[in-house]
Amino acid sequence: MKKYLKKISLILFFLFLPFKAFAFIEIDITRGNLDPFPVAVSPLSIDDNSKINFENILSIENIGSEISIIVENNLRASGIFNPLNKDAFLQAPEIAHLKPRFEDWNLIKAQALITGKITYDEGKLRVEFRLWDVLAGKEILALAFTTFPNNWRRVGHIISDKVYERLTGEKGYFDTRIIYVAEEGPKTQRVKKLAIMDQDGFNNKFLTLGNELVLTPRFNPTSQMVTYLSYFKNLPRVYLLDIATGTQEVVGDFPGMTFAPRFSPDGKKIIMSFAKDGQSDIYIMDLENRIVERITNHPSIDTSPSFSPDGKYITFNSDRSGYQQIYVMDSDGNNVKRISFGDGLYGTPVWSPRGDLIAFTKLHEGSFYIGVMRPDGSGERLLTENFYQEAPSWSPNGRILIFYRETKTDQEGDGFSAKLWSIDLTGYNERLIKTETDASDPSWSSLLSN
Amino acid sequence: MNKNIIISSFLHFSMIIITTMSLPFLTKKTNDFPPIISVELIQISEKTNIPFAPKEKKIVEKIKEEQKKLVSEQAPPKQIKKEKPDAVPMPEEKIKKVEKIKDDKQNPEKIDNEVKQVSEFEKKELFDPNSIAALIDKSKKDTAEIIDNNDKKITQDQDKNLGNVGLSLSEEDALKAQIFGCWSIPLGLPYNEDLMVRIKLELEPDGSVVKSEILDHARMNKPGQNFYKVLAESALRAIKLCEPLKVPATGYERWKELQLNFDASEMLEG
Repeated sequence: MKKYLKKISLILFFLFLPFKAFAFIEIDITRGNLDPFPVAVSPLSIDDNSKINFENILSIENIGSEISIIVENNLRASGIFNPLNKDAFLQAPEIAHLKPRFEDWNLIKAQALITGKITYDEGKLRVEFRLWDVLAGKEILALAFTTFPNNWRRVGHIISDKVYERLTGEKGYFDTRIIYVAEEGPKTQRVKKLAIMDQDGFNNKFLTLGNELVLTPRFNPTSQMVTYLSYFKNLPRVYLLDIATGTQEVVGDFPGMTFAPRFSPDGKKIIMSFAKDGQSDIYIMDLENRIVERITNHPSIDTSPSFSPDGKYITFNSDRSGYQQIYVMDSDGNNVKRISFGDGLYGTPVWSPRGDLIAFTKLHEGSFYIGVMRPDGSGERLLTENFYQEAPSWSPNGRILIFYRETKTDQEGDGFSAKLWSIDLTGYNERLIKTETDASDPSWSSLLSN
Repeated sequence: MNKNIIISSFLHFSMIIITTMSLPFLTKKTNDFPPIISVELIQISEKTNIPFAPKEKKIVEKIKEEQKKLVSEQAPPKQIKKEKPDAVPMPEEKIKKVEKIKDDKQNPEKIDNEVKQVSEFEKKELFDPNSIAALIDKSKKDTAEIIDNNDKKITQDQDKNLGNVGLSLSEEDALKAQIFGCWSIPLGLPYNEDLMVRIKLELEPDGSVVKSEILDHARMNKPGQNFYKVLAESALRAIKLCEPLKVPATGYERWKELQLNFDASEMLEG
């Protein structure tokens, strides 16, 4: 019996041995800092010949520095990055691009480094850039672009997008454009023109002359088409505009007023409101065969429709409950559900390109708010409050909202100014977007390059 | 015959106990039981350390001084280069290398009116977490060895007493607080995915990292999991930035291997 007991105890001893080996300590790290990520944007190096060539073509003294400034401004405006002061850089741009001395960059607390090189290549601008992880001491991205020299600003935006994507895990939004309504003149005789500009406010162009009132321009998510509302001969109609060719056309011939147009996610349909006899309902028009389908049929005002990014659902606002609230339904009009239940009035719902949130304007106790909520109505967050602001539009990555805000310009409240503002989902990074004139109704394009 | 039955049943019984104890969810549960607070009661270990603390302080100060010296030694060449950035010779070989990479592109360049990406000479991005070991400053290793020897002398008795008991709550909190400050959470991560990266560390007694290993490494190459790479990189950066980690002064055997579970979901959902 003793023999067996010895054997058994031996077996048990060996069986229990592994428990000791697996017993290393686990620690859960569930919090981090959301401080802007310190990044060093080294000026893009350029040889003397190329420098002279570009100076002659573009009248820019140092295109390398200018592109790096675009990248720096973009990253700073995102609120996610903190571009470090160039005065602190210890390494020359051309050397840093070949092999950064990581200790030097570490010393100024940079966690990532962007370097680049510009060359003049038979009349074209060639830009290569590298992104370095300073702490890991390695290159994590390297790309090159060639284009006409006039596109140099876009190169800066594309570099910003690639860096943003590599370091945050989602696509950027810098190589994009914003279409908006440029406004001039006194409130009673306001001239409103369609205008388009880069997301940072540069390269502004007017698309219409201002003879007719224009409202609510919206980008097609897949091409450079715009749909908007125009009061031609005092009849509000939905129009289509091809930005590349400048051609315009009316969308459908409705015996009443059409308004609040927006493209479907595939760009093949337009969803809009059609008002007749005091009733306003939502319709979808197929742009290929021009067939119109009625989606809602309710003796109330249903308007501001917006598709979910997968095209399966539509959000809109309606006063069917007595007050203006936000609703969600299937894309065929079934299963209508109210999702906003807070105090006040809710309007202009826009589905995020990520699909996770719906942005809206809220009016409560005399203040206007821009906010977001989940598609089921939960998690309502108000990002910004002001005297008058509305019409949020999402950046293509669903991280930033652009909207317009009207402010009084004198104490009597007679004068007013409308400007474009952007705010990120945290609600902290609010920025004014500079425009040549007053501006309203912004709409953000999708990324021009992928 | 009876003996055999008794032995057999005893063996069966012991097997059942072993199997039950080995079940992973049961072991985890036991870890989560509140009685773990009993670790807090072993404050004796901290008391026994008191006589040795000054010694350690001296060592830490020595290391700090050495590190300061290292920095000051490195400073002169930087200044020279800062003053004469153009004077640094451009290594022609390196330039040629870059050009070679460009020539090897599969797609010929097309020049359009639009800006197009014409080459992607992104170097192999095979993520090698083990390479982090190579990045660790060797000088730290040397100093770590000195501490290691001292630490072993100091903690020999305590290690016997503590065995494999985890970190005390205060020790764990100190380490957590340090890493919280170093971890820049990438803000573009999807909300509805598993956002946990588990990293196993091998540490020196001074808290410097000998080796770091991502435990779910295979997930990085899975389609649709690109964000995981960004997340894992951010976690590794946090460790690098925090190095040396604020580990307890004693009980090296307990924490020489640590597993850090970086979970971004709580922050991003909040």
